[in-house]
Amino acid sequence: MSDTPLLELRSISKRFAGVRALREVDLDLAEGEVHALVGENGAGKSTLVKILAGVHQPDEGEIRLRGEPLVLTGAAAARDRGIAVMHQHPNLFPDLDVAENVFAGRLPVARFGRVDWRRARSAAAALFARLGQPLDVTAPVRGLSVADQQLVEVAKALSLDARVLVMDEPTAALSGREVDRLFATVRQLREHGVAVLFVNHRLEEVFALADRVTVLRDGRHVVTAPIARLTPAETIRHMVGRQLDSLYPKQPAKAGEPALEVAGLTRAGVFRDVSFTVRRGEIVALAGLVGAGRTEVARALFGIDRTDAGEVRVGGRPVHIASPGDAMRAGLAYVPEDRHDQGLVLDFSIAANVSLPVLARLSRLLGVVDRGAERILAGDFAERLQIRATGVDQPAVGLSGGNQQKVVLAKWLATRPAVLILDEPTRGIDIGAKAEVHRIMSGLAAGGMAILLISSELPEVLGMADRVIVLHEGLVAASLTREEATQEGIMTAATGQASA
Amino acid sequence: MTSASRALAVAARLRELGIVVALALVVLVTTLLAPAFLHLDNLSQILLSVSLVAIVAAGETIVVLTRNVDLSVGSMVGLVAFVTGDLLKQHAVGLPEAILAGCLLGLALGGLNGLIVTVGRVPAIVATLGTLNVYRGLDFFVAGGKEVSAYDLPRSYLGIATSTAAGIPALIIAAAVIAAVVAFVLRSTRPGRALYAIGSNPPAAETVGIPSQRLVFAAFAASGLLCGAAGVLWGSRFGTVNAFAANGLELEVIAAVVVGGVNIFGGSGTVFGAMLGAVLLGTIDNALTLLRLSQFWLQAIDGAVILLAVGADASIRGAVQRALRVRGRR
Repeated sequence: MSDTPLLELRSISKRFAGVRALREVDLDLAEGEVHALVGENGAGKSTLVKILAGVHQPDEGEIRLRGEPLVLTGAAAARDRGIAVMHQHPNLFPDLDVAENVFAGRLPVARFGRVDWRRARSAAAALFARLGQPLDVTAPVRGLSVADQQLVEVAKALSLDARVLVMDEPTAALSGREVDRLFATVRQLREHGVAVLFVNHRLEEVFALADRVTVLRDGRHVVTAPIARLTPAETIRHMVGRQLDSLYPKQPAKAGEPALEVAGLTRAGVFRDVSFTVRRGEIVALAGLVGAGRTEVARALFGIDRTDAGEVRVGGRPVHIASPGDAMRAGLAYVPEDRHDQGLVLDFSIAANVSLPVLARLSRLLGVVDRGAERILAGDFAERLQIRATGVDQPAVGLSGGNQQKVVLAKWLATRPAVLILDEPTRGIDIGAKAEVHRIMSGLAAGGMAILLISSELPEVLGMADRVIVLHEGLVAASLTREEATQEGIMTAATGQASA
Repeated sequence: MTSASRALAVAARLRELGIVVALALVVLVTTLLAPAFLHLDNLSQILLSVSLVAIVAAGETIVVLTRNVDLSVGSMVGLVAFVTGDLLKQHAVGLPEAILAGCLLGLALGGLNGLIVTVGRVPAIVATLGTLNVYRGLDFFVAGGKEVSAYDLPRSYLGIATSTAAGIPALIIAAAVIAAVVAFVLRSTRPGRALYAIGSNPPAAETVGIPSQRLVFAAFAASGLLCGAAGVLWGSRFGTVNAFAANGLELEVIAAVVVGGVNIFGGSGTVFGAMLGAVLLGTIDNALTLLRLSQFWLQAIDGAVILLAVGADASIRGAVQRALRVRGRR
């Protein structure tokens, strides 16, 4: 490590629609170091990566490259200044071969503008040789494993003579052997003097690879230290330590009969042997880091994705769920994370949105929808959930995020489900609406509904859940009762530090 | 490298081999049933009738590779054919000027398509469906119910289509040369490769600094230019041109491109494949005519060939994706 930092971030702040994603964050990268960036979901890691990639511009603060102020106006600007970003999902051209992907947009040309394929291939092969990872440069990228695709991204960065390489969750989709290979590649880059920013939340990997580590929490810089000065347990304490506020009032409810029983649920390559039970009146949280398989479990339960093994019982009866229709008939309802893409028809009125899953029930002769019954149904929910709108005929597009979320909730509650699956129900809505959603959830549970909650916010999980199932890389890493669950405990299991 | 990617590379090559095999089968069966099929005259006739479709298909390939489509090709060919013929009929200009005017008209029409798609941000399928009708309407307006017949046209113009070089009809040579040039540009130049990149992953193309908008515009303009060339040759070949010339040609052209293995979602495929697709469909048409099968069968079989080709592509892709998912994490 040399004394002058290669890249410095000074007091970087960024807000999105009033939410502060980053507050006065400092970070520096030295030549030839692997610097790990860790933090919970939503700590600001992705925003920081996007600022370095030139996707977002900071509202305040300064980026310096070798002491010179740097303004990154776009992806091309970042690339031209020697900053390469490797995203979790490689952004390549699947139809083109490896060599062409490495040199996309700047293939070597010979006379008459003719592409010099031989030079492109030998140069690409030389890059992979330098990385110690020979790869067939004439193979189309579509058939490559994620690990090999990442290797192509690294080679691309090398060919651009990148001095800074940002790796955003590069190991999330890799197997153990592939991770070892990637680490060997990163060490090669370090030898070549490249500064690597390694964004990751698998602590064992951070401790195996990084020279220094920086922890972010709630958009703030918490600590930067040489890896030898920290232990995994200390790092986790830095990552969590979040304020628990009293916004989350789950009233105690008597847990009744098991409503949803899941045993050995498996989807090859995604999650394995997931088992848990949700009783009537209970809220069970699926916690874990992004990519641990929480949403994937929910999608499989709801019949959107196929499962390879496992048994699901609803209300004690075994059910076979092969489609969302099956799931709804079995008494499940799923409120997805992205209410724009999957939850709402924005151009429809509130009433039309709410009635969508129950149109059959509201239809009269020849399938003509009873508009009066539809409005009564929607009006009933609008009142119960306190949806603020000019009326049930208002199009959903004009509603606030919180009210849109309530419309989605109303839509699924209209199916009178026995089990409600909520995926990040409070993401992107303001604090007041959040409290209301929590109040509604608590009320539903008190009324005997079984709720499976997926949330990345630990305070929400701790406040709302009767039990917490922690997933780590597609496996159940811990199952904690309300009394046992702590932020540290959940994060320890979620980062793969739990021995259990 | 990985077995999956190697399998894909082989599958891509097999794709064109598959068309050749299908072609051989059609030839074999037809020859057994109607020996006249194999006569040199007939084979030459097949290639002649395919050549105009092939020229337009070369341009369509460029557009489809960028994840767009040009539905207006038939109308562009028809309009150019009529305008070129009419210019010659009126003795307004000489032959070289008329040919140039036809090609430039095609270029302009294609350029307009490109502008609507890139600057106007209208999806190509909608934009060119619109211009399909607008250009055809323009054709009706210009033609006004008249037609240009062979009597009105100079011999020199009609002679283009009937001339030969070394015994090979000029139309076939023109199609082959155009296909070779387009193939070279697509295979071996930076802009050509960028077209594949745009179709394969549009956001990624932007991040590596490829000027996507300009290239998509150029692709539509090139398609227009080739329609211009085909339009000029159309009048020369058929002699008679009215406002219905090349009506519905777009379906034949897109069929050839898709059967030839050019992915309708962009990013993969070759001009060579599209040419093979055009020849296969043209040969089937000829064979069915020789076998005196009705027009109904002709369309049904063309349709079946398209479904078969696209189905084969989809199932190969699906199999590889499934294999990858299971391998993905252990």
